[in-house]
Amino acid sequence: MTITEKILAAHAGKKSVLPGELLNVRINLALGNDITAPLAIKAFKEIGARKVFHRDRVVLVPDHFTPAKDIPSAEQCQILREFAKVQRLTHFFEIGECGIEHVLLPEKGLVLPGEVVIGADSHTCTYGALGAFSTGVGSTDLAAGMATGELWFKVPESIKLVYYGRGNPWVSGKDLILFTIGDIGVDGALYQAMEFGGEAIQNLSMASRFTMANMAIEAGGKNGIIEPDEITFRFVKPRAKRPYRIYRSDREARYAEIREYDASKIFPQVALPHIPSNVKDVREVGKVEIDQVVIGSCTNGHLDDLRVAAKILKGKKVAPSLRLIVIPATQEIYRQALKEGLFDIFLSAGAVISPPTCGPCLGGHMGVLAEGERALATTNRNFRGRMGHARSEVYLSNPAVAAASAVRGWICHPEEVVKKTSH
Amino acid sequence: MKIEGRVWKFGSDVDTDAIIPARYLNQSDPKMLAKHAMEDERPDFIQKVKKGDILLADKNFGCGSSREHAPIALRAAGISCIIAKSFARIFYRNGLNLGLPLLESSEASEVIEEGDRVRVNLAAGEIFDLTQKRKFFTKPIPPFMQELIKDGGLIRHLKKKASKGR
Repeated sequence: MTITEKILAAHAGKKSVLPGELLNVRINLALGNDITAPLAIKAFKEIGARKVFHRDRVVLVPDHFTPAKDIPSAEQCQILREFAKVQRLTHFFEIGECGIEHVLLPEKGLVLPGEVVIGADSHTCTYGALGAFSTGVGSTDLAAGMATGELWFKVPESIKLVYYGRGNPWVSGKDLILFTIGDIGVDGALYQAMEFGGEAIQNLSMASRFTMANMAIEAGGKNGIIEPDEITFRFVKPRAKRPYRIYRSDREARYAEIREYDASKIFPQVALPHIPSNVKDVREVGKVEIDQVVIGSCTNGHLDDLRVAAKILKGKKVAPSLRLIVIPATQEIYRQALKEGLFDIFLSAGAVISPPTCGPCLGGHMGVLAEGERALATTNRNFRGRMGHARSEVYLSNPAVAAASAVRGWICHPEEVVKKTSH
Repeated sequence: MKIEGRVWKFGSDVDTDAIIPARYLNQSDPKMLAKHAMEDERPDFIQKVKKGDILLADKNFGCGSSREHAPIALRAAGISCIIAKSFARIFYRNGLNLGLPLLESSEASEVIEEGDRVRVNLAAGEIFDLTQKRKFFTKPIPPFMQELIKDGGLIRHLKKKASKGR
């Protein structure tokens, strides 16, 4: 069996499962945010549920339109706050300890290897980077999960994506996943588990692994997953407050498809409007001038991402009339970035630093685009109107490309801004 | 269950930001959401859509976010059924959970044109284009799912079952 099949089988009380099989699966954690939880809470009450299945295992994170951008957003947060209070939830993250859900939960040790996690947010697939089965659901499914601690699933077929060879300078998990989405398309892994492996993945930081699993949904995947190793354990051990289990795919595990990529041939990638699969090598994009750069989000708001951006921005200025918005994903990352002097670099360069929020990624607040404007963002989606006006444009890249482009004023390779020797 | 309506035709990879832009997700009232359905994709959609209309699309309809607001907005706008080559996974589950019938048919998706009148028989898995006089067959919707759709979604279905059990 594959790692995905093993985790699902274990949570359904079965020895083995096959792709296509329908299972009732025990869930370890259910997540909702300020957009999706209000509907789930309404449904929860409608079915007559009284109590959540476990007050430690239902997590509410108001991160999308917070700090509340307007009255309706504030009211949505109130629904979460009230529910958390009545249900005596252990993990309701109020502003001040909040952060972007998919960076916050791993940081707090709330999601662990071998677990089954559902979240009413499509990027819930992020936790697969820890070797968990983790997938996005709608609000109705979240309501059922909160009430019963179970949810039905069809066992997905798995596809294996193997990355061998050494990665190039300025290439991160973002480039590997963008390249892959460019290769297989936005429905290339529809309904399937995307299992990432190979030498290049083993050499990736935890942050880069989260980025890759995070964007599995952009290829239509049900989940993205990476087998745990030493790098995973180093991340998990100091954070875990409960026991967890490690699963690995069998040698003879069956895959619907196996694709191999030579990491040494992958260079920094950019996804052009208006679909994440519209990917090009950054050097092939041409001179695309930009109005705004956003560095942050559940995809690339990790400390590592801010560090690489700071490395490029150190001693430099953002291009005239270009806006650079930096968004540390969590309070902890914010504090650490401040401590390391990264904020000085960003501020001196002319960037603005936002509190942790999903904000502009989905055109919510903190950097929405006007008609005709163009942004380069380290986020995950560039659909039409995603960051604001229906006639604005979003390009996607890694944080190094984003920072370098903020200095140049147009989309460029980091080497155009930083000398080759300094990486 | 039979459905009949006029067809709105869309392309491939229609994403949830197109179905309901995120700027309207600071509330979840179906009527409010319906006012902005497909706003950026087809600005005239909401003025012209009529109750019972059928939405037709190419592959991967509803890709992107998990927002249940997307099928809620379409249903509240009057859409009675969606036919597509394929659906994005989360949208598929959300749609059915809300009681919105979703049918997969490559042939129907290619042949049926904007404005055609179409009749759908869920139990038989039959899609009949009344304008072109052509019939397409897809997987029938199983009885338990028809029941769920008739009840108006999973939540109402469960409530009904619970009240019967008492």
